Amino acid sequence: MTNFIVDGRVLTAKAGENLLQACLGAGLDLPYFCWHPALGSVGACRQCAVRQYDGVEDTTGRLVMACMTPIAEGARFSITDPATAAFRAGIIEWLMVNHPHDCPVCEEGGECHLQDMTVMTGHAYRRYRFTKRTHRNQDLGPFIKHEMNRCIACYRCVRFYRDYAGGRDLDVFGSHDHVYFGRHDDGTLESEFSGNLVEVCPTGVFTDKPFSAHYARKWDMRGAPSICAHCGVGCNTIANERAGQLRRVVNRYSNAVNGHFLCDRGRFGYGFVNASERVRVATVRGTDGERVEVEREAAVARFAEMLRGAAMVVGIGSPRASLESNFALRTLVGAAHFYPGVGAREAALLRLVADSLASGAVHVASLREAEHADAVLLLGSDLPNAAPRAALAVRQTVRAAGAAMAASARIPAWHDLAVRNFAGETRSPLFIATPAATRLDDIAQGPLRAAPVDIARLGFAVAARIDPTAPAVADLAPELDALAAAIAQALLAAERPLVVSGVEAGEESVIRAAVNVAVALRGQGRNVGLMLNVPECNSLGLALMAEADDRSLETALAARAALVITLETDIGRCVPGARLDAALAGARLVVLDHSEGATTRRAELVLPAASFAEASGTLVNAEGRAQRFYPPIVTAGEGREAWRWLAAAGRAAGRTNFSGWDTEDNVLAEIARTVPRFAAVPDVAPPEGFRIKGLRIASEPHRFSGRTAMDAAHDIREPKPPVSADSPFSATMEGYQGKPPPALLPLLRAPGWNSNQSLHRFQAEIEGPLTGGDPGVRLLEVRDGAAPDWHTAIPEAFAPREDMWHAVMLPRVFGDEEQSARAAPIRARMTPAAIALNAADAARLGAAAGRVIACEIDGEIVLLPLEIRAELPRGVAGVSGLAAMAYALPSWIRIAAASEVAL
Amino acid sequence: MLSVLVTLWGTFLHLFQRNVTVAYPEEMPYLAPRYRGRIVLTRDPDGEERCVSCYLCAVACPVDCISLQKAEIEGRWYPEFFRINFSRCIFCGFCEEACPTYAIQLTPDFEMSEYDRRNLVYEKEDLLISGTGKYPDYNFYRVSGAAIPGKDKGEAERERKPIDTRSLLP
Repeated sequence: MTNFIVDGRVLTAKAGENLLQACLGAGLDLPYFCWHPALGSVGACRQCAVRQYDGVEDTTGRLVMACMTPIAEGARFSITDPATAAFRAGIIEWLMVNHPHDCPVCEEGGECHLQDMTVMTGHAYRRYRFTKRTHRNQDLGPFIKHEMNRCIACYRCVRFYRDYAGGRDLDVFGSHDHVYFGRHDDGTLESEFSGNLVEVCPTGVFTDKPFSAHYARKWDMRGAPSICAHCGVGCNTIANERAGQLRRVVNRYSNAVNGHFLCDRGRFGYGFVNASERVRVATVRGTDGERVEVEREAAVARFAEMLRGAAMVVGIGSPRASLESNFALRTLVGAAHFYPGVGAREAALLRLVADSLASGAVHVASLREAEHADAVLLLGSDLPNAAPRAALAVRQTVRAAGAAMAASARIPAWHDLAVRNFAGETRSPLFIATPAATRLDDIAQGPLRAAPVDIARLGFAVAARIDPTAPAVADLAPELDALAAAIAQALLAAERPLVVSGVEAGEESVIRAAVNVAVALRGQGRNVGLMLNVPECNSLGLALMAEADDRSLETALAARAALVITLETDIGRCVPGARLDAALAGARLVVLDHSEGATTRRAELVLPAASFAEASGTLVNAEGRAQRFYPPIVTAGEGREAWRWLAAAGRAAGRTNFSGWDTEDNVLAEIARTVPRFAAVPDVAPPEGFRIKGLRIASEPHRFSGRTAMDAAHDIREPKPPVSADSPFSATMEGYQGKPPPALLPLLRAPGWNSNQSLHRFQAEIEGPLTGGDPGVRLLEVRDGAAPDWHTAIPEAFAPREDMWHAVMLPRVFGDEEQSARAAPIRARMTPAAIALNAADAARLGAAAGRVIACEIDGEIVLLPLEIRAELPRGVAGVSGLAAMAYALPSWIRIAAASEVAL
Repeated sequence: MLSVLVTLWGTFLHLFQRNVTVAYPEEMPYLAPRYRGRIVLTRDPDGEERCVSCYLCAVACPVDCISLQKAEIEGRWYPEFFRINFSRCIFCGFCEEACPTYAIQLTPDFEMSEYDRRNLVYEKEDLLISGTGKYPDYNFYRVSGAAIPGKDKGEAERERKPIDTRSLLP
């Protein structure tokens, strides 16, 4: 702690903070542009000038840039000094010289950092009477709008896009007054983090294109703290609603999970909520086969009648439904008849991941901890495609070595440009072993391309190198052995090693190998973190809830139940039609889901389950962190939480175990009672009865407009706002408008700070957790004495076969996840399904790129165009775009070049 | 006592002054152009809608009686719908103060009573007039740097031609 003095006030700074951070942390208003808490300082914009005095006698002082100024004990500064304030106002005036006078037609207006800073410095009238510089814009694809005239050249966009996220196709061109931030040519921004430009840009150069299509100002939208539903990372988001429509999803800072950034799948994947294929009312299939809409009571009665009449009921739970809904289904059908709605291979992998993480043998790393690792082993997982935000965290790890060098040269960590220059090409070790290239390869040390079993063998060998008691790998190829030795040495030399794998590796042995490496490192007393990615937002919650046996979608369908209930899982998307017809023959089908799909078309009864935007619920992310999401849409019509439908049907069918299932708090208490692993879930967020000063938390900003006109077109009487039974939010602007507990943050705004840069007003310290601690509760902690239990099943080395190919699934960032694949901007970025071979294999097959290949996968013939990917190992075929299908990949498949006439 | 008499005298003198009341509606009173009556949406000198759907009127409205939705055609913003619930309007004129394009203006017309409250909900078709209202010359897009059909980048007032980023000249 360092004490320093600003305008006569004694403040304290944390060690290693710069003056700007310390001032913002102390709640002072000091304008800035180029500094960003995650990107550090470069001192480019000159906006955060303050006056520094050398001592009590020094009354003149000198201007310094706060973001570039370390704090010495007793240092004296002034922010309010008139000459300094005039300097800052002058800087703003210069920046505004070319600003295009288009705030009314700018999507950033109302949450613009430039607007806030302009008001803060007091620059109100334009004195510049000459001409303005203008720029042409570029078409940057379906996610981002470009308006270069608004640029103030703070360089934040390229610093994020290139330096932080590793993108290559956005850059700065030109010089002096002409600098231009864009691509070399028009075209879609390639990075899967391009959406963050919207939040990083302090003004409206980069704006959210899908949001612009149904635009509303920040102050006009109800906000709800939400959890991203599009992968297993569990990023915290704020979902914004107006007039019953989900308008956008923005980042909600969480120190432990996503920090300041989201991936584009999470940011732009919400479109399914507003889509026309939503299930809005309950429907029953009549005797003529047509579906007819029914009232809520009739639907519940029908459901109850089906429950009573069925000899055996099977419930298929969902990795994307909340804990509450999955638990309700489990309670309704009984744990013995509750199955996870994932294919056999994925179910086995999830079980392995859940068991490994829950064993307590090794620490499960949060994303923030992962980001600070200094040596990483990534086994078998194409993380940038499967869980982009996690890959972004892994990307930061390679800076650890350079940061350590810079620290030893006494360069402060926030001095971003100096640290990067000093570090040069010095990188912490990042070892990647995957079948195909990943977007982290550019910073990895000689990435290994191998078949999954060879990757697993490498992992086992690394574990054996670290800990000789770990099972050794027989007949390991010499080059793999050398690599294993190098990896083991690097991991042992590291202070905070990290081992990463995930379900997307496809092969249980790969995950086992990763666990062995982590356990071996912990056995050597290393502060190791393990990160095992899971595909869906509640995959881990479902896996932790299910009984430990061989349950999967296949066994559920093989159970031949009289009544099948599917919960928010489109089994018709995973299982080919004919097979599903055969499995469901003679069974009645009840579907609870939010969107029409292959399953709703077969169902006898379809109940509208609310999506994440209309319901609250609890999800468990890959870190084992239970987090609560709340609905921004509070007038959802007939759609309601799936657990409410299930409880109502259970009650109507005479089940006694649904008494008291009227509020979410009660359901969570019931979960905590029934499943010991979930004992902490009621503590994830404050209960419904939580009040501040006797008030609910307002979910609308205090400036919310149009209350008395929004609905006037169809009803002149203003409707009574609904009152939630599940959350402490009020549905309107009425309620507590101050700083809520972190789990209940509906809006980021502070007086004078309308943009998301107001974040520092919600943190106890810059880059620290939100005031009150990060939301969510970690369910899986490392336990002392959890004995290292070596996995010993080491697979045989990979050997290409003459007549068959070893097919592995290659994840795609856009399209693999079911819900986001319904959103139009995500669809625009999807690539078609394909099968990839290396050039030699393609030549062996006698097919060129683009040729249609017939693949026999799991007994099905699938026609896929051929792609050539030079890096694939011989004998390995990479299948992409079929993630929805519950195919058991990797496996050996037969492929042949189909005649072009066939398609 | 004296003050009472003075007051009574003053009142008495009023008997000999001209009436201030008028025989409305036969005789219409003069209302200044700045009178705050019925709200209209105006057009710019080119005859296009002035409203750019920036939402500032809605947020300025103390009774929240304005609701609209932004739409866009090739860079030009306009309201998809624009609704004023005059049964709530207090004619404070804040919306006119807030409007950055002079689109929303209050007029010297107050004769808008209805028997049915629903008839006081005015949509864009009811609000939009053909003229420019009190500000005949202002055209937002002539001043702002946004490109719209018929006005490219660099063609607004006091703008230079767009930068050629490929040029190395200073």
